[in-house]
Amino acid sequence: MNDIAWIDAALTSARPRAVSALLRYFRDLDSAEEAFQNACLKALDAWPRNGPPRDPAAWLIMVGRNIGIDAARRQAKSKPLPDDDSLSDLGDAETAVAERLDDSHYRDDILRLLFICCHPELPATQQIALALRVVSGLTVAQIARAFLVSESAMEQRITRAKARIAKADVPFETPGAPERSERLGAVAGMVYLVFNEGYSATGGELPLRAPLCEEAIRLARLLLRLFPSEPEVMGLLALMLLQHARAAARFDADNSIILLEDQDRTKWDKDMIAEGLALIDKAMRHRRPGAYLVQAAIAALHARAARPEDTDWPQIDLLYATLERLTPSPVVTLNRAVAVSKAQGPEAALAMIEPLASDLSGYFYFFGVKGAMLQKLGRNEEARVAFDRAIALANNAAEAAHIRLQLDRLQQDSAPAAKKV
Amino acid sequence: MLYAVLCYNSEDSVFSWTKQEEEAVMAKLIAAQEKMARAGKLGPVARLMPTTAATTLRKDREPPVVIDGPFAETKEQLLGFYVVDCENLEEALDFARDLGNANPSGSYEIRPLLVFRPGTLAQ
Repeated sequence: MNDIAWIDAALTSARPRAVSALLRYFRDLDSAEEAFQNACLKALDAWPRNGPPRDPAAWLIMVGRNIGIDAARRQAKSKPLPDDDSLSDLGDAETAVAERLDDSHYRDDILRLLFICCHPELPATQQIALALRVVSGLTVAQIARAFLVSESAMEQRITRAKARIAKADVPFETPGAPERSERLGAVAGMVYLVFNEGYSATGGELPLRAPLCEEAIRLARLLLRLFPSEPEVMGLLALMLLQHARAAARFDADNSIILLEDQDRTKWDKDMIAEGLALIDKAMRHRRPGAYLVQAAIAALHARAARPEDTDWPQIDLLYATLERLTPSPVVTLNRAVAVSKAQGPEAALAMIEPLASDLSGYFYFFGVKGAMLQKLGRNEEARVAFDRAIALANNAAEAAHIRLQLDRLQQDSAPAAKKV
Repeated sequence: MLYAVLCYNSEDSVFSWTKQEEEAVMAKLIAAQEKMARAGKLGPVARLMPTTAATTLRKDREPPVVIDGPFAETKEQLLGFYVVDCENLEEALDFARDLGNANPSGSYEIRPLLVFRPGTLAQ
């Protein structure tokens, strides 16, 4: 890694803290971003010459604030900017700022910035785009590529989001404990949305969209560093690590989905799994299981099984029962039914999902799961009907291809014995 | 004399490296250890998970309390360590310099060991 790459990594990691502090000074997203951009330009010039500052974020905040204030003054009086020399004389000033930036302050700064991005008035797609642009510092082109839309469409989406934020009432005072935990919940939800944007990518899109998963993991680490004893943040980070650990095993060479039970488990990322398991261990001590932690615990049981047949399905069934209590939804019950089918057999599972039929009548996975269970029970004609419905509801080519494979197997099963080779 | 070489870096920054950057640095670090390893002077080597995975037992209260996170909040975190057998401080510093050349940032603290038990952990 050369100097420039190192500076790049330092600027990226300092960005959330710096932009959020600048937002507190300027109370306006565009001004804060612009001040940060200008500070980065100064850094690219000053750091290779003077060596990296001890606290890059504090340096950027200090310089960004000065530039912003100068810009405001210049607008007011048309006064020229001070020359570079007076700006780069930062040695002592940097230390002073670093001391004044106490940690509790910057915790609320970053939380505020993240919270603004997931303002309830913004639709989910705008929330994610704004967070990736403002907090993560991805370029519009990078975000557009990850969302599979044109750059101009993405530019528009972000501009619209910023316009809504500017009109919305954003509180700048230090939040109380209830607001803080409410903000934390909203932010965690937004981070998981970013992750799922990447995780739901199909094979061919994966190289473009997997960076979203990595960015979400980075944001969750940041969040956990700010709130080190929040079990749900530990759970969220663990869940994403355990899911992302399977990335290399989820698609075959033709970009078709490989089901969990058919994946080559040696391709799972052991480091991510180890970190995920360690986080679950920590979180469990708090005895306050939340939805992320329970989902992480389910992912952990898959991660711990060296072979699919080693999976502790009864335990997964119990965890899904807990999740049903925490966040009741037909989709959770559908997932639980898969565990039930493994633990108790397809009959019990089918009975469990029958009542969901009206709620999930437009849901691809419902018909996929139902078809698979009927097939196991030898009710091939009914299975075919379910699979046909699933294909009609498939969200992408990979899902449809996967169901078509099931139909082919069904075809072979149903064929007269003589025709089988 | 046995020395511990403690590696400090900003984990914010290290965990912002791309996968390719990370792999490149790790490969260079392994190459930097080779000389010591071949001379039979390289002891245990450890890379630590990020401090978000850490838990601290604090004894400043009775009974001791368990706290999530690292013992101290610092700008740079302890991210790993080596144990090496060196003739003197200069040789230990040379090893640290080799590591430093492989790594774009961070600091290495060289601390002589007082007690060393290799333990019974199998690889």
